[in-house]
Amino acid sequence: MQTPAPVDYVRATSVADALSLLQQHGDEARLLAGGHSLLPMMKLRLARPDILVDINDLDELRGIRVEGNEIVVGAMVTHAEILSSPILFEHYPIFREAEKVIADPIVRNKGTMGGSMCQADPAEDLSAVGAALRGTVVIQNAEGRRTVPMREFHEGPYETKVADGEILVEVRYPILPGAGSAYEKVERRSGDWAVCAAGACVTISGGVFTSVGIGIGAVNAEHFTAVDAEAYLVGKEPTAENIAAAAQMAADSCDPSADQRGPADYKKHLAMELTKRALTRAAAAAKGA
Amino acid sequence: MEISMKINGAEVTHDVESRTLLVHFVRENAGLRGTHWGCDTSNCGACVLWVDGTPVKSCTMLAASAAGHDITTVEGLEKDGKLDPIQQGFIECHGLQCGFCTPGMLMTGRWLLDNNPKPSEEEIREGISGQLCRCTGYKNIVDSIHWAADHPAENEVSA
Ligand SMILES: Cc1cc2nc3c(=O)[nH]c(=O)nc-3n(C[C@H](O)[C@H](O)[C@H](O)COP(=O)(O)OP(=O)(O)OC[C@H]3O[C@@H](n4cnc5c(N)ncnc54)[C@H](O)[C@@H]3O)c2cc1C
Ligand code: FES
Ligand code: FES
Repeated sequence: MQTPAPVDYVRATSVADALSLLQQHGDEARLLAGGHSLLPMMKLRLARPDILVDINDLDELRGIRVEGNEIVVGAMVTHAEILSSPILFEHYPIFREAEKVIADPIVRNKGTMGGSMCQADPAEDLSAVGAALRGTVVIQNAEGRRTVPMREFHEGPYETKVADGEILVEVRYPILPGAGSAYEKVERRSGDWAVCAAGACVTISGGVFTSVGIGIGAVNAEHFTAVDAEAYLVGKEPTAENIAAAAQMAADSCDPSADQRGPADYKKHLAMELTKRALTRAAAAAKGA
Repeated sequence: MEISMKINGAEVTHDVESRTLLVHFVRENAGLRGTHWGCDTSNCGACVLWVDGTPVKSCTMLAASAAGHDITTVEGLEKDGKLDPIQQGFIECHGLQCGFCTPGMLMTGRWLLDNNPKPSEEEIREGISGQLCRCTGYKNIVDSIHWAADHPAENEVSA
């Protein structure tokens, strides 16, 4: 039987309370969000916090809303809520497409936006989505709040800019009027992590790409994106040839490693094919295409 | 730590270690062994129960986090000696063999129908995609959930 090692437990009553609990306990403390990455790691002794600070009661971290020209998603918003959000679907269908293939419906009832971001698994789907949409992450500590672009958020596998004593409070996504977006993922079986995944968010005007966002997961793409491929496409027509060339550039910039999910050359091929498909569908969905 | 929660409407309080998982609290402390415990890794779904009406994998939630909340387990499906249609469906369509996956299937199936009373086969298969069954090949489970969808009021059979 797998059970976590002995650990203390406390429920935070507000973000301020959670921050002061984190400060009090230093690096022995861990925030408990959906628990669907942290508890499995604690069972395996890959994580051994002395105290868990449960943030599930914090309504200030919930909710999906539009603020100015941004969509704001609170840290404690669950995968299930992202999947069914009319606001996200209206602006960015990429969320629904990605969420449909994240884990399974029951896991999606618990796993959260903040937990996914902070877990920072190299195959985390919402990281690829956030890179494609050029989101920003809002982090709070005792001094106040700061924002970090998604594309600077990851320090490496399982490492982010969120330091001890800090809480990720929300993720903000700029609204691009008329944008088209799409997500593609290959997994070994239903509900599994990606062998490779790719998302795209594009705008088109006057028959050419005016902005291009590419997100790539699970194949060691730097910051979950492919900046050369994006730059190549801007100003070009959304033809099959241009998209295929960009997809190849994106795949060339990835550095997947072979593991139980597949050999490296197969994953690289997927990076090309899935980027191509995501760009093609996003372009078709963009207004003015 | 002392933990209290409502399970199937009854207040339950026990003094347990704060690392106790909800599945063990329900089975060992509350003595309700209908909820099964299988993979331990949030993959099989045998441990699914509802927290405030939403199904979760109880092997991946602390009992401490459930304190103060309303838990419903498979034992809570039957009302006044009448089986829920989802339970009747599994009887009618032979939706189980060894029965190990069944409590999770029932809890997820009931929730699925509450949100989508007339699901397609595809929606049912997607709905139970977080549950593993090593016996039935799923066909009869899908049929059982369909039966329950077709007989929403047919809980007239005594338990
Ligand atoms: C069976 C299974 C399949 C899965 N499949 C997929 C998949 O296909 N794709 C995918 O992307 N994910 C998948 N996941 C992961 C799932 O999305 C997790 O829920 C997610 O990675 C973590 O979210 P959580 O809320 O459970 O976080 P937790 O487990 O509670 O926390 C994870 C880490 O983040 C920290 N943390 C949490 N919230 C905050 C915050 N607000 N601020 C600072 N730190 C915080 C915690 O301290 C901890 O270190 C799967 C999980 C399971 C169990
Ligand atoms: S025991 Fe909880 S999912 Fe398998
Ligand atoms: S009936 Fe045996 S596991 Fe499903």
